[in-house]
Amino acid sequence: MAADYKRIMRDGVWDNNGVFGMILGLCPTMAMTTSATNGLGMGLATAAVMTASSLLVATFRGWITQEVRIPVYILIVAAMVTLVDLMMNAWMHELYKVLGLFIPLIVSNCLPLARLEAFAAREPVLPSLVDGLFMGIGFTLALTLIGAVREIIGSGTLFADASLLLGPAFKFMELRILPPDWGVLMAVLPPGGFLATGMLLAGKRYLDRRAGKPVVMAGAHCVG
Amino acid sequence: MKAGSPLTHAAVLGLFCLGFGIVLAVTHLVTADAIQQRTEDDKQKSLTQVIPAGLHDNNPLADVLTVPGADGKAVTVFRATREHRVTAVAYEIEGNGYAGEIRLMLGLDAEGRILGVRVLQHKETPGLGDKIEPAKSDWITRFTGLSLGAPPVEKWKVDKDGGVFDHFSGATITPRGVVAAIRNGLEFFSAHQAQLLEVR
Repeated sequence: MAADYKRIMRDGVWDNNGVFGMILGLCPTMAMTTSATNGLGMGLATAAVMTASSLLVATFRGWITQEVRIPVYILIVAAMVTLVDLMMNAWMHELYKVLGLFIPLIVSNCLPLARLEAFAAREPVLPSLVDGLFMGIGFTLALTLIGAVREIIGSGTLFADASLLLGPAFKFMELRILPPDWGVLMAVLPPGGFLATGMLLAGKRYLDRRAGKPVVMAGAHCVG
Repeated sequence: MKAGSPLTHAAVLGLFCLGFGIVLAVTHLVTADAIQQRTEDDKQKSLTQVIPAGLHDNNPLADVLTVPGADGKAVTVFRATREHRVTAVAYEIEGNGYAGEIRLMLGLDAEGRILGVRVLQHKETPGLGDKIEPAKSDWITRFTGLSLGAPPVEKWKVDKDGGVFDHFSGATITPRGVVAAIRNGLEFFSAHQAQLLEVR
């Protein structure tokens, strides 16, 4: 079967989006989307881990026996997370200080595990790589979007401190949308995370329905 | 390798563990020095914020004293010296905030006056309690120049508790924790003053 890359990409970014399609990985989604920058950073770190672990699982799938596959997947994801953690601490220290606390959380994110089990374990290397990458990109977009909504409502800014994450060249991204004394605290607190995610989810369903797509019900197996 | 014996599964899992273990060990070896360096840099940076560079001709990170604190925990004191006299000391203090521990670095001169206080780590509510960060508000700079006698020790409280330090709107617990931490830090200094300033 020739892999349908366009389909894989569209699945990852929109149709079967990790957060808005499969409703997976909500723990980091809620915790890390207090600002667009945080969401972006967490998304990128997760995308890197997902791409690497999808590639590895697809490469070794001939050797991984059915009975021990779950521990091996967890091992691979945990090893990739630790690699990212060590390397970021050593070579991207400013970014690490912003995200460091949350990198280990990627292990408990069940989106990478779900994709390994559902995709990388059954498909060849290249499609798995693309799936991991685009699922990661979709996750990043979702987190950045939720973060942007919460940040604008909660603090009146957009992409504040983005230059800390991406380098001084990205200073232009740091916008102030609403006056400095603006701030609806609830948007930044946990309830705001649920509200923003719910609203955006409803928005996506509405767009899908208007486009005449059948609404895929989320088959969430785990709540990570 | 379809229907293997338990031994096969064990071998597969074991080999994967071994393989990734080696990968991690190598990465650790490669990054260990850089990480150590960054951690030192961070400490250095927080120290230079509370001890002005002009006060010392030594490396305070290298002149370290360990003194048991009031709660029995060991306090690591960094000492700044100039011409073999201790000109300033800095150490970490802790306060209880709204969402757990607040860790700060406190810098004092040889007379026990505050040179500077900086928050190292906290989990306070964004938008309310995080005004203790210098990036968000200048509240934390108001302690500079104060000491245990000025204002008097019973006034080392937030204004709600009858002290002289204002709280910020919506957050009392955070400044209360910070003020108490600084007061304890000053008391620690006066209790160990001789030991902290002793020239070795």
